[in-house]
Amino acid sequence: MIQDLVISIVFITYAISVLMGFGTILTWVERKQAAVMSDRIGANRAYFRIPFTQVKLVWWGLFHGMADGLKMILKEDFKPKTYDWYAYAVAPWVVFTPVLLVFAVIPFGGVLIPGHLIPLLADWFGDKSYPMQIARLDAGLLMVFAFGGMTIIGAMLAGWSSSNKFSLLGALRAGSQMISYEVIMGLTVLGLIVIFGTVDLNSIVQQQSGTVLGFLPAWGIVLQPFAAVLFMVAAVAENKRIPFDLPEAESELIAGYFTEYSAMKMGLFMFAEFIEIAIIGALFTTLFLGGYNLPFMTDAGFVFPGGHSVAMSHGAVVVTQLVVFLAKVFVVCSFQILVRWTLPRFRYDQVLRFAWKFMLPLALANLVVTVFVVWALGV
Amino acid sequence: MARTSYVRKKYWNEPTMSWWEKAYFFEVVRGLIITGGVFGRNMLRWMTGRKGALTTYYPEEKRWDYAKGNRGKHVLTQREDGSGRPQCIACNMCATVCPAKVIEIEAGFDPADAVHPKYPARFEIDYSRCVFCGLCVEACPEDAIRMVEDVPHLPSADRNRMWLGKEELLTWRPQSDVAKHYPATAPSPEEHH
Repeated sequence: MIQDLVISIVFITYAISVLMGFGTILTWVERKQAAVMSDRIGANRAYFRIPFTQVKLVWWGLFHGMADGLKMILKEDFKPKTYDWYAYAVAPWVVFTPVLLVFAVIPFGGVLIPGHLIPLLADWFGDKSYPMQIARLDAGLLMVFAFGGMTIIGAMLAGWSSSNKFSLLGALRAGSQMISYEVIMGLTVLGLIVIFGTVDLNSIVQQQSGTVLGFLPAWGIVLQPFAAVLFMVAAVAENKRIPFDLPEAESELIAGYFTEYSAMKMGLFMFAEFIEIAIIGALFTTLFLGGYNLPFMTDAGFVFPGGHSVAMSHGAVVVTQLVVFLAKVFVVCSFQILVRWTLPRFRYDQVLRFAWKFMLPLALANLVVTVFVVWALGV
Repeated sequence: MARTSYVRKKYWNEPTMSWWEKAYFFEVVRGLIITGGVFGRNMLRWMTGRKGALTTYYPEEKRWDYAKGNRGKHVLTQREDGSGRPQCIACNMCATVCPAKVIEIEAGFDPADAVHPKYPARFEIDYSRCVFCGLCVEACPEDAIRMVEDVPHLPSADRNRMWLGKEELLTWRPQSDVAKHYPATAPSPEEHH
């Protein structure tokens, strides 16, 4: 019992530090990648001076994130004259918390056997094994959508309680856009659910560990390439990033639903957005990129098609799986940043038309074709 | 009031798009390939120790795009005896003619030096105000001040730090100025090397 508690605390600490780390690093990655993409240098001025020396650590501008955080904390916490103060104060947390909670059901590694990993704990843990996932829910994917949908409430609360017309317009846009794209996200994932026959994310990842046709990894992106593209588009729209950043279109609405927020409250909105990039990366990795799986890798090591096999110790397997998961998430995050700095913003009617008249039929068609193929193959 | 549907005006320069472009997706992919390619190219340059950006690190690096003949820095020519002392006789002609009033000279007197007793004890130029007109060079009766193809490069947040003093102005290497040899009567630059 107490062992389970310890393992849970370790997993939760890991998950939160990973998310916070991604949130912090992505602010820097976004700037730096945008700069490199457009032949610039990017943030490189903030430095940390070692006390009592003239040694300045610049570290490729990594300290700009810290400088931003410091600025956010030290800024005046502006309070608008609003009739709904509680909603105003609570809104950033309503946006921020569900984003963190989504990660609870995402498996970030394979099976962990603490007794095999650390010999000192062998007596205490015995042969108990734990899948590396905080909450082992059968309804994992449903929980992702449930909590993903809650961020809409936060955005609407923020816009409504700010007593500002720009905020309200932004919130309305955010609400209608997020609801529209939530539908598409759900429909694209349905195809995967039909194929894997479960909504348990751990089981979905395990089913992606094999190969199709002998050489291709059985990842979701191979089985459902069309759904992967649609899911990615819907996820970017869900996160309200360019080219779908209508709710916060700064040339029209100042900053949309968080216009009236300042200091760390505004920082929470921004931080939630950056963590959501990582969450989308984690979700995409879990559903379409095989999660922590590498091609031909099992819990005992690599087994290549030619009959070659490389045995690995349990520790090496665990570390490899953790690193592989993080690397995949990072690549997907980087791709989202690439999209954000490449495409221009849609017009608002185009966003909704794109959702309902273009993506919805495509998602439905994808689902229908998937169902027919699965039925015909009799899987 | 009769409700008529809105008819969008057709302009003579309506954008024409093929079905390929109207499908949007393929053009998006093309755009992503372009930007991703630029990113990959620049990233490769950074990782192999080259510079992957067009930007100049301004205060640390000197800008490369000054015009070829840009004369942006003053020098004080040195006496022919090779002592490194300035040719200047502190007559204040340059300071008088200067339209921006950036030259400050404090004359010194050396009775031991019979040939060249008057010299500038202090010769300072404020580059935050200098207009680089070159009138000081024209006014100088002794060919003691010249402008060279260089820039003072004094980026600072403090306007009082944008001065160059006599020591800095006397660091000129006459041999390297091939445009106009010094001293003016010298037959060729080779003799000075």
